[in-house]
Amino acid sequence: MSSVRLLVGTKKGAFIMTSDGKRAKWKISKPHFAGYEMYHVKGSPVDPNRLYASQCSGWFGQLMQRSDDGGKTWNPVDNKFTYDGIPGTHQWYDGTPHPWEFKRVWHLEPSLTDPDTVYAGVEDAAMFKTTDGGKSWHEMSGLRGHGSGAKWTPGAGGMGLHTILIDPSNHQRIYIAISAAGAFRTDDGGTTWKPINQGLRSLYIPDPTAEVGHCVHRIALHPSRPNTLFMQKHWDVLRTDDGGDHWHEVSGNLPTDFGFPIDVHAHEPETIYVVPIKSDAEHYPLDGRLKVFRSRTGGNEWEALTKGLPQRNCYVNVLREAMDVDTLDDCGIYFGTTGGQVYASSNSGDSWKAITHDLPAVLSVEVQTLA
Amino acid sequence: MIRVELPSPLRSLAQVKGEVQLDVSGPVTQRSVVDAIELRYPMLRGAIRDHVTKQRRPFLRFYACGEDLSHEPLDAPLPAAVAAGSEPYLVIGSIAGG
Repeated sequence: MSSVRLLVGTKKGAFIMTSDGKRAKWKISKPHFAGYEMYHVKGSPVDPNRLYASQCSGWFGQLMQRSDDGGKTWNPVDNKFTYDGIPGTHQWYDGTPHPWEFKRVWHLEPSLTDPDTVYAGVEDAAMFKTTDGGKSWHEMSGLRGHGSGAKWTPGAGGMGLHTILIDPSNHQRIYIAISAAGAFRTDDGGTTWKPINQGLRSLYIPDPTAEVGHCVHRIALHPSRPNTLFMQKHWDVLRTDDGGDHWHEVSGNLPTDFGFPIDVHAHEPETIYVVPIKSDAEHYPLDGRLKVFRSRTGGNEWEALTKGLPQRNCYVNVLREAMDVDTLDDCGIYFGTTGGQVYASSNSGDSWKAITHDLPAVLSVEVQTLA
Repeated sequence: MIRVELPSPLRSLAQVKGEVQLDVSGPVTQRSVVDAIELRYPMLRGAIRDHVTKQRRPFLRFYACGEDLSHEPLDAPLPAAVAAGSEPYLVIGSIAGG
């Protein structure tokens, strides 16, 4: 029988939660790397017991961990992320040049075919890659060096490369997103890159339709339609059907189109999920009611999903990395909050149940559907 | 033999208990002691000082013989008592919380 494993990163450690295919009862591990900020934990699609974890601390900097047994034991791997050549400068918040400085790993994206190959999205924004299971990391410097890097600026949370999507039909094509630079695509496995932000309109930057400078919060795709991407931007939900060459807004009837995560149903490529947040200044749900919104039409027409979610006095946020879906027949949707709750739906979002209420603030949620 | 006291999270990371004892070849300085720590415990590389700049992480301090050495030159000799192993070299994390 299938089972599900959640890899949950929090501000004070990582937790592994397991359940059978019914997803009614959950076993929650003790904290792994207790006390550390766990930005992201993710498993290899070809070897689910191979996990990689980004472990951070204000005291001790960036640490990296790897497990070969599904998280039972861990071993540190290389934590040296050195920019290629002279790093140069990007724009600081006030528009002045600021040197590129490595701060942390935001996102880990294991290869779709090789458990030893992993991409890492880091702050200050850059992409790194290991091909030896984490023993060494090397910058894919074509991204930072493609020409617009000097214009990139940090978002309020830092200048992080937070989204990496590998096209399952063409592994040479990779999409990434950076706050606050925008979305980028490579068609040659990461050697050369180009911005793909045409159609984005951001009223909070000097040129609302600039080539770069947009605060993209998250991008998602369905494996069966890799040219269709869905984006949650700082404000606005958008889609593209040509691999990012052109985007158009699909916020439709959302009560607010600010938010962080966006995800796609495992079996319905036009069914997407967002969690609307009141505003960029007030990072909590409208009216204290936590609602996931689902569109079954690829955007524009949205319905609120509230059954089982708190509908009063709820002032948590759901961060960009904190939502994922499983691939069981009744698609499961999961998300974690800054209040330490992890919610699960085993029926595509129709109803929700809390797996736990009492974790540290949740930074990331990844789901593994196990045979 | 140089004695080094690491903060608890670094001891966990290095999988050691209590004080660490290290051989340091050549002059006993802050740089040579941290080099020796990283050589013996490679998992601590980058955790005490930056990989590239070699600067001390800002929330860590270095002490010995009751003196704060955090801002002393890295290549200055450490006190004789540290070099002789009668006093430990202390790596201390700043206090978290209020």
